[in-house]
Amino acid sequence: MPIYETVFITRQDLGAAQVEQITKDYSKIITDMGGKILKTEQWGLRTFAYRINKARKGHYTLLETECPAPALHEVERLMRNSEEVVRFMSIKLEEATKGPSPILSKHTEEEAA
Amino acid sequence: MADAPQKKTFFKRRKTCPFSGENGQNIDWKDIRTLGRYVSERGKIAPSRITAVSQKKQRELAQAIKRARFMALMPYVRTEMEPAPYRGGRDRAASSE
Repeated sequence: MPIYETVFITRQDLGAAQVEQITKDYSKIITDMGGKILKTEQWGLRTFAYRINKARKGHYTLLETECPAPALHEVERLMRNSEEVVRFMSIKLEEATKGPSPILSKHTEEEAA
Repeated sequence: MADAPQKKTFFKRRKTCPFSGENGQNIDWKDIRTLGRYVSERGKIAPSRITAVSQKKQRELAQAIKRARFMALMPYVRTEMEPAPYRGGRDRAASSE
């Protein structure tokens, strides 16, 4: 099965618990359709580089999955229809990544700046 | 002895691609710290003739920067007001004065 990485941005006014719940919902769909979750990362509330739908911030979540394509299509469809998800992007990876993504290591610096 | 280093200052050192080779860095669209070095102040992608990135890696780099832009990790354009935490402050300050 191919490996995908999906990053999605949820609305700023959601709480951390709600973001977790959304992440869980999507993860469940993936596993139900025969996929595996390799990695989940919450990047927290980040400031956008530009405004998206008048919003300046959003919760970033990364999902790294090994799943059949239809499972990802279903999750993407749900994200597209969801009011909570501002933006999402899925990318097919050559191989699974190791360790946390580079964005997390300097997240604290970004917040301070 | 004194001539040799002086001559060297005129010799342009040929830089090598920072992403190629065995210990080359990986290009990751999530690594905005690294990507930030390859865009201008305005946010434009720097040409490889300046950064010495190889053609193959330049294409990868461009793709990574475009992905980072889409996910609002990097700006498409950065104006002189950036990086501002909120917009509209300048106009409002001007009108109140």
